[in-house]
Amino acid sequence: MSITPDKAQRIAALAKLAISPDQAIRLAAQMDDILGYMDTLNSLDTSGVEPMYTPVEHVSVLRPDVMRQDISRADLLRNAPETNGESFVVPRII
Amino acid sequence: MSDLCQHSLTQVRDLLCAREVSATDATLACLTRIERTEPHLSALLHVAADQALDQARILDAKGPDPAQPLWGVPIILKDVVATVGMPTTCGSRMLEHFEPVCDAHCVTQLKAAGAIILGKANMDEFAMGSSTENSAYGPTKNPWNLAHVPGGSSGGSAASVAAGQCFASIGTDTGGSIRQPASFCGIVGMKPTYGRVSRRGLVAYGSSLDQAGPMTRTVRDCATVLQVIAGHDPLDSTSMTAPVPDYAGQITQALAQGGSLRGVRIGMPEEYWGQGLAAEVESTCRAALDLAVSLGAEIVPLSLPHTRYAIATSYILAMAEASSNLARFDGVRYGYRSAQAEDLQALYVNSRSEGFGEEVQRRIMLGTYVLSAGYYDAYYKKAAQVRRLIRQDFLDALQQCDVICGPASPTTAFALGENTTDPLQMYLKDVFTVALNLSGLPGLCLPVGLGADTGLPVGLQFFANTLQEESLLTVAARLEAHLPTLPMPGLPYVAGR
Repeated sequence: MSITPDKAQRIAALAKLAISPDQAIRLAAQMDDILGYMDTLNSLDTSGVEPMYTPVEHVSVLRPDVMRQDISRADLLRNAPETNGESFVVPRII
Repeated sequence: MSDLCQHSLTQVRDLLCAREVSATDATLACLTRIERTEPHLSALLHVAADQALDQARILDAKGPDPAQPLWGVPIILKDVVATVGMPTTCGSRMLEHFEPVCDAHCVTQLKAAGAIILGKANMDEFAMGSSTENSAYGPTKNPWNLAHVPGGSSGGSAASVAAGQCFASIGTDTGGSIRQPASFCGIVGMKPTYGRVSRRGLVAYGSSLDQAGPMTRTVRDCATVLQVIAGHDPLDSTSMTAPVPDYAGQITQALAQGGSLRGVRIGMPEEYWGQGLAAEVESTCRAALDLAVSLGAEIVPLSLPHTRYAIATSYILAMAEASSNLARFDGVRYGYRSAQAEDLQALYVNSRSEGFGEEVQRRIMLGTYVLSAGYYDAYYKKAAQVRRLIRQDFLDALQQCDVICGPASPTTAFALGENTTDPLQMYLKDVFTVALNLSGLPGLCLPVGLGADTGLPVGLQFFANTLQEESLLTVAARLEAHLPTLPMPGLPYVAGR
């Protein structure tokens, strides 16, 4: 397994990032290095081990399913790069 | 006035309660200290001088309240913690002008306890780094030696507390980001049990690893701040409902009994005390353990056999979670939007590519890769399996001892620029801190002296079982009481010292 600059470009596209050809060469080498190190995990037999995705041991505590408004529309729109006062605005998609 | 900044949080809190010092005095002392030190340190991204002074005047008008354990105490928050009325940049261009609409849960708790929020501290962008050199706003310097890093990612917080700019800071720790900078700057830092402190209002990096905690100059200060920020939050379903003990009271009790460590079993994992450890770190840490033994502690040699897999496991999981968490930065609802956005795809791609720094992009890409079809089982699932083995190591070890103990970092603070060219080398620096976050257990870093070779602080960390923060605090407080007090960093550039 090795990360080529082409592969780095494809991964960037999946992550909605654009990288220059120079960056692709550099990132490919670095990712190859890092993933090579991570391959050390393969020397460990983990058959039968239940994956642990969270350290939470308690059952999630649920709160009553009651609708409430903590934040106003105006506050929610305040940090948006572009709005029409009611909605977030993005370039035309249709 | 500057002398006030030499005090611990507990000392200044007592002066405030006795009305020997006003909240305005305390705030002005910190602001003066900031003015003198900040040009050299760059520890802060935002100083809310006017807001803090307004808050101090309101508090002074009302007078101290015994129900408010942090009444009038100026505190600085890592800039990953959401604050109303102040920017929250996360050290990123992506959030340069972002002002949250709600306070983080811990900020609400701090304010209710009477704390004054003085400003926001520098950090590695989105908490991704071990030196604070990845901040989009430039690096922070170590107050003990300005040519060295303060550690990271909570490096601004650590430098600020060490330099006396504030009496405490809140940091976050995903793989050591509280404990390692605490070690590098000679202060106390605690990563509580996962779920002990609400994560609501912390900009997420690795959600199953992130935890906020106190960074302070003494163990008792740490206990006081933890007491305030710990507890259940109905809006964070991973936060724990367990009652919050009287941490500071337990320290008082432990010290009242003479500070003996009789009966305390301290586990020494061989993996933390061998190869790769700088001689000055090893000798300073061992001297602290010898002191613990002279106070009655028993040393239990043990092993955490999966330690060598911890860095790979931690980075795979953190990067995977980051790639998912940081998908929210799309230039639509908040954050940076590229001027080059002729269609929606270009808006997403250009905003993210221009808004994120290179380390963040690298981690998002690695996270995307390890979650992608064909690689998910080999990396993400595999790491989650190893995570369970690492946690089991800790649980087995804690059957044989009360706390586990090891250096927080293999070296003292390294030089600025020393590890910036090779990202993997930087990741490997986290060898002693990442495993704890995988386990979810709590840990505390205690300054135990200055290294003989570099003259820089050395931190010793302790790990304990789930919700055993009190064990960490009482063991560390007893050791602290018998260790020589670290002076404040020399700061030769501060007038009047």
